[in-house]
Amino acid sequence: MMCTDRGHTAHSCNKGADVQIHVTVNGTVHESEVEPRRLLVHYVREDLGLTGTNVGCDTSSCGACSVHLDGEAVKSCTVLAVQADGCEVTTIEGLAVDGVMSAMQRAFMENHGLQCGYCTPGMVMAATSLLREVPDPTEREVREGLEGNLCRCTGYHNIVKAVLACAAGN
Amino acid sequence: MTVTEQAPSTDPVSGATVGRVIGQRLLRREDPALLTGEAKFTNDLAIPGALRLALVRSPYAHARILSIDTSAAVAMPGVVAVYTATDLASLWAAPMPCAWAVTADMKNPAHYPLTSTKACYVGDGVACVLATSEAAARDAAEAVQVEYEPLDAVVDPEAALRDEVVIHDELGTNKSYTWDLKVEGHPGQVDEAFAAAAYTVSERYVQQRLLPMAMEPRAVAAVPQPFGGDITLYSSTQVPHILKVMTAITLGIPEQQVRVIAPAVGGGFGSKLDVYAEELLCVALSRKHGVPVRWNEERTENAHATVHGRAQVQHIELAADASGKLTAVRVRLIGDMGAYLQLVTPGIPILGAFLYAGVYDLPQAYDFSCTGVFTTMTPTDAYRGAGRPEATYAIERSMDAMAAKVGVDPMELRRRNYIGKEQYPYTAFSGLTYDSGDHLAAAEMAAEMADYPGVRARQVTQNVAGAPKRLGIGVSSYFEMCGLAPSRVLASLNYSAGGWESATVRVLPTNKIQVVTGTSPHGQGHETSWSMIVADKMGVSPEDVVVLHSDTAIAPLGLDTYGSRSLPVGGVAIAMACDKVIDKARKIAAHQMECAEEDLDFADGSFSVKGTPERAMPFAAIAFEAFTAHNLPDGLEPNLEAQVTYDPPNFSWPFGTHICVVEVDTETGQVEVLKYVAVDDCGVQVNPLIVEGQVHGGVIQGLSQALFEEAVYDTDGNLKTTTLAEYLVPAACDVPSLTLGHTVTPSPTNQLGVKGVGEAGTIGATPAVMNAVVDALSGLGVTNVQMPASPHNVWRTLQSVSAEGGSR
Repeated sequence: MMCTDRGHTAHSCNKGADVQIHVTVNGTVHESEVEPRRLLVHYVREDLGLTGTNVGCDTSSCGACSVHLDGEAVKSCTVLAVQADGCEVTTIEGLAVDGVMSAMQRAFMENHGLQCGYCTPGMVMAATSLLREVPDPTEREVREGLEGNLCRCTGYHNIVKAVLACAAGN
Repeated sequence: MTVTEQAPSTDPVSGATVGRVIGQRLLRREDPALLTGEAKFTNDLAIPGALRLALVRSPYAHARILSIDTSAAVAMPGVVAVYTATDLASLWAAPMPCAWAVTADMKNPAHYPLTSTKACYVGDGVACVLATSEAAARDAAEAVQVEYEPLDAVVDPEAALRDEVVIHDELGTNKSYTWDLKVEGHPGQVDEAFAAAAYTVSERYVQQRLLPMAMEPRAVAAVPQPFGGDITLYSSTQVPHILKVMTAITLGIPEQQVRVIAPAVGGGFGSKLDVYAEELLCVALSRKHGVPVRWNEERTENAHATVHGRAQVQHIELAADASGKLTAVRVRLIGDMGAYLQLVTPGIPILGAFLYAGVYDLPQAYDFSCTGVFTTMTPTDAYRGAGRPEATYAIERSMDAMAAKVGVDPMELRRRNYIGKEQYPYTAFSGLTYDSGDHLAAAEMAAEMADYPGVRARQVTQNVAGAPKRLGIGVSSYFEMCGLAPSRVLASLNYSAGGWESATVRVLPTNKIQVVTGTSPHGQGHETSWSMIVADKMGVSPEDVVVLHSDTAIAPLGLDTYGSRSLPVGGVAIAMACDKVIDKARKIAAHQMECAEEDLDFADGSFSVKGTPERAMPFAAIAFEAFTAHNLPDGLEPNLEAQVTYDPPNFSWPFGTHICVVEVDTETGQVEVLKYVAVDDCGVQVNPLIVEGQVHGGVIQGLSQALFEEAVYDTDGNLKTTTLAEYLVPAACDVPSLTLGHTVTPSPTNQLGVKGVGEAGTIGATPAVMNAVVDALSGLGVTNVQMPASPHNVWRTLQSVSAEGGSR
């Protein structure tokens, strides 16, 4: 296995040697041994069984795998699991609290912002992060802000409507 | 915006009140699971002990396979087996299915999950690997050494017909079939009409190849029961029922041992309406090894291994009299089949064969011919609209060309040609009956919403010589033609399956209702809409209804979801099954209330005696009586359950008019959509929220064909657009918000008055956008722009007209 250390300096990177990481995912602390080349998306999906995060491409284009890393949306196919060491990760499974969906999840439902639902977890994570950065966006800002997340079903009309409704507190 | 509000009315069949829930914007019950990550797509399933499949795919578009050396791959860690086509030959009872032999002499090369002697497109499977992990399987697939003798690629369907390079040696030609539809009131009418025409147009359009790009790539898991012989196939498919039958046939497995489950499916758009090599390989190898085998498609693999859409060359000629009224239509199509015929590949252009006269009143003077041809590219097959967007594009673009010839506004030419509202039900030139419609009403509503006269006025001031940005407005009026049925008509088209749909309605002892449907949703919200139909019919709340689907063990009968058929066929079947249950309940009610069945009214979930409404028995009581069976009429079976298989009497004919306003930058070629208005009529809307969602998505997919998307091949047959970085599926910032309107013209052919809506947007949008683009540039001498109207294509077109002396 070729091993390239992409900016992560906390661990030595030996061929095939697993690395210990400490990650808080949806509020639960995990101590895991991972291959240095393991992507965050594979870590959450396969090691932690959190399959809500989807994979839709192999070029970091679609955004279906978006999660929050320390509160900010990232494409988890573009982050190594070792890079999440010491971080807080939130996946789609972590948004609802005590069985109540988040305001953004509810806004997507109320505005029919999803159809097949495959892009939805990533879209909701990206939209949630967007409103943290820009709490009161214009339609254009929502469209630009979600540029990294592709949807093939909705034509985006109702996704944009959902995000604007969420921002307006409706 | 609503023209006709649906008031509750009495259903003449059951006497039940309809319209209480139907017509409401009910939120989707599917959503919470999808929004929280609970929903399980095929690749999310935990299947202990599963081996992973990876395919070795040809890097050549056309090549002879000289040798395959698997030794290095077999020796790699985690590898369980490596197979070539020869190794697996004994596992297939039949080649992969093509269910639509459009002509008796159609040429269809034998197509197996792995090819043995020749690779016919980049991505053609030549070997496969089973390993204990996906990474090991893919690494080993790269280590399989295949020696190829490259041959010339064939990527131009018109050139392919010259047979200079023959792809399938055993066929001796690249031509698969020629399918004709000539309808004349009297012999020679078409030629006479063209000879006598005041105006004619002759246009050539190219429907570029598209990649369907459902957000969920395909995924398959086959789980065998080695000691029982049963097999469960999980697949990201639109068609679990068709897949079950075809799996049994191609692998020679007794059908009763095959169970197919479509878990949550992340979009299809026709691309998952197929029977794929990977599905059959997973089943065959899981049986051979006695362990589960699974495969999941990467996006780049998806671009090669999942069917493509469109890919037609269209020649259309129109003849018109002095008023611009159409007198004849002549069409010559070349359909690019790709390298093999998949499930319904050859039939896709034929699905549009009846629509090249659009929504216009044409005499019996129609001459259509389509030739299907093999090329060395990925097979084509259904893609949202499947034949109908292509047909609508050709007629709607050429209507604009005709309007220019006649010297009238494109909307005026359409007005002169629309089938009149009073002509419905309308017997078309083809002999097909169009159920209901009011094209003028939809067009006038769209024109008003788009401020058509206002845009035309602005064009006069804006589109002056040298203007950097030119304004264009484009119209398209369409038919959707869905609910492919009845089965007899499909037989006349040589389609191998029927057009019926099945439904079972089962009342549980506590008056909760189970609905079992043969439709198989993948984003359309059937669970929500079907529960609304049942709620109205049975007088219960939609929350009291559960909808079961997409598992052939639970819903054994069905023909699945494609062609906007689910509501006008499957939804109507559910309503009919409700009627049968109510009929049986009426017998129990009459027995227990000691009155005649015909003396009972059924409304709001209760039977009451006519004239004395206080004598009533709620359905819930009857449900429990049917369950205990303590006091039923003599000879009546316990329980309330009914199954219906509905074969509709006709296709349904949704219609509408879309108008697009664009601004085209003549310096950069950039097209900006300023406004998009869609007025659609899909008959009665069960859930307007879902209808709007279908239209939004469809319109953007159609607009995206017009402006963004193209599967680009080089002359060596290499696909150049293999990722979402290279193939432009638009993001939110690339597309406009949409303005929707609708009219409601109920279908008279079914009790719900519904027609279907899944493909309408895609059908209406592409020509509306392209008509707007060409309209913007028409003052510069532009008469056509090749799709997609990317900045490059628009700029190149402008350069070529200015070189030809067009004025600016």
